[in-house]
Amino acid sequence: MLPEATPTATARAPVGTLHSVQATSTTDQTEAPAAAPTTARSRSWRRVFDDISRAAQQRQLWAHLGWQDVKQRYRRSVLGPLWITISMGVTATGLGLLYSTIFGMDPGEYVPYMTVGFIIWYFISGCLTSGTDVFIQNEGMIKQLPAPISIYVFRTVWREFLLFLHNLVIYFAILAIFQPELSWTVFSVFPALLLLLVNAGWVVLLFGIVSTRFRDIPPVVSSFMQLLFFMSPIVWPMSALEENAGARAWLAQINPVYHYVDIVRSPLLGSNQDLYHWLIVLAITVGGWGLALLMMRNYRARVSYWV
Amino acid sequence: MVSIDVWNAAVDFPIFDAKSRSMKKAMLGKTGGKIGTDTKVPIIEALRDIDLSLRHGDRVALVGHNGAGKSTLLRLLSGIYEPTRGSSRVEGKVAPVFDLGVGMDPEISGQENIIIRGLFLGMSRKQMEQRIDDIAEFTELGNYLSMPLRTYSTGMRVRLALGVVTSIDPEILVLDEGIGAVDADFLEKAKGRLNELVKRSGMLVFASHSDEFLAELCSTAIWMEKGQIKEHGPLREVLTHYKGKDPFENLSPRAKARMQEEHAGSTATIGSSEG
Repeated sequence: MLPEATPTATARAPVGTLHSVQATSTTDQTEAPAAAPTTARSRSWRRVFDDISRAAQQRQLWAHLGWQDVKQRYRRSVLGPLWITISMGVTATGLGLLYSTIFGMDPGEYVPYMTVGFIIWYFISGCLTSGTDVFIQNEGMIKQLPAPISIYVFRTVWREFLLFLHNLVIYFAILAIFQPELSWTVFSVFPALLLLLVNAGWVVLLFGIVSTRFRDIPPVVSSFMQLLFFMSPIVWPMSALEENAGARAWLAQINPVYHYVDIVRSPLLGSNQDLYHWLIVLAITVGGWGLALLMMRNYRARVSYWV
Repeated sequence: MVSIDVWNAAVDFPIFDAKSRSMKKAMLGKTGGKIGTDTKVPIIEALRDIDLSLRHGDRVALVGHNGAGKSTLLRLLSGIYEPTRGSSRVEGKVAPVFDLGVGMDPEISGQENIIIRGLFLGMSRKQMEQRIDDIAEFTELGNYLSMPLRTYSTGMRVRLALGVVTSIDPEILVLDEGIGAVDADFLEKAKGRLNELVKRSGMLVFASHSDEFLAELCSTAIWMEKGQIKEHGPLREVLTHYKGKDPFENLSPRAKARMQEEHAGSTATIGSSEG
């Protein structure tokens, strides 16, 4: 390997004015590396926050890409993204009528419960599954254009949120049909949604980085999704479990999805809220972001190598 | 100030296959201990010992055989790859054009692609919308811009990508060889526009196999071989060493005259900035 380095050195020596200027500038640089690491370490917290803040500033870009993704799914279809709303409506009507009969519950109570649960679940599961391939999907752009990796995280979360908003239309239909009694607590849905979005951020970031490196993660996540869905109180009410399982019902509390669903669902249906759901969600938010930021600090620069 | 500095940088690609990418290996590897090289991910040293310092006004040609590391170096200089060892610093707005066709969405229209590319390069939506007409005129794509990109030929995609970068005033322009795919007429037009752009923009790094194109746009050259910089110097000299003969013997007198003039010009400016 050394013999190759020598011609470089010799080739640089006998040159004209222009080149000697450059040669000196390169020798200047050989004295500089002491300065280099402090300004340009790949693994630093400063680079992490720089990445995130630069991505946040390019709001137009990720908002555009996210909306593009939504339109993309329904390109060439006549109704376009309206299909998202329609399929949610069909699911809610069909499953709502069936399960309310199975559980022997009043449809007026059960259908809103299940539908709202479903809407929230779609957002959560969307973030988990699309989080796993956030960087894999954007391989082309990552390798073509220098951009903060958080752009793709913002893009994904924004897209999932737009899908959520499409589904939310069904909630208003439910409100009109069943008219559940809402109280002033309905306003707590805003901080709840904000928390949900903040959590979507770390989930997408963390799962994205890990699954770019380990390609077994996406199939693992998607195979657990169905289990997670049936384990969460979405189609079945928590009260039914408590009736039949007695003391063992607390086991269902281990499932974090339950708490996320509950903080958004309860205000939307005007039902009672427990503070501990909020506390658990807050704790997971802090822990999750800590972990995701740590991963980002260590592996942010590796993502473009791994995709 | 526009600048690119690279200190003693190396770019190593881990080569993951199904085995090494899987969790199984990573987790079982810990408990069972290392078994020879079996647990190690093979690595390709794409670049090593790269020391480079480019400043405002540099117009660098990148030459070398296939697989010599030209594209990887371009990605390093654009800030897409951060060096695995050593360090690099890129200051300035970079506009890269790599293998065309990738990085553009085939399903959406040319116009949408222009806007997205522009947004990526730091422009606002409004600014890009103002430039659409200009780009349409330059690329001669006309009504095609409202067609999905998948209907475009390779040459048309090149036109689109060049239309975008030449319309946005980047500070550092990084071009990969793909732009040879356009026809002669357009190439002539593009040359003029690139030349103008190079004069305005701070820096150009251009990988190409076309001597004529390099002669037109660049003043210095880097010769890459096996992931290292083999030679860095004036364009003609490096190309002569690289090809084993002077590539500009048969060049048109006009181009020669222009090159001479450019060289004189660039030495003069460097001289004055030094003094």
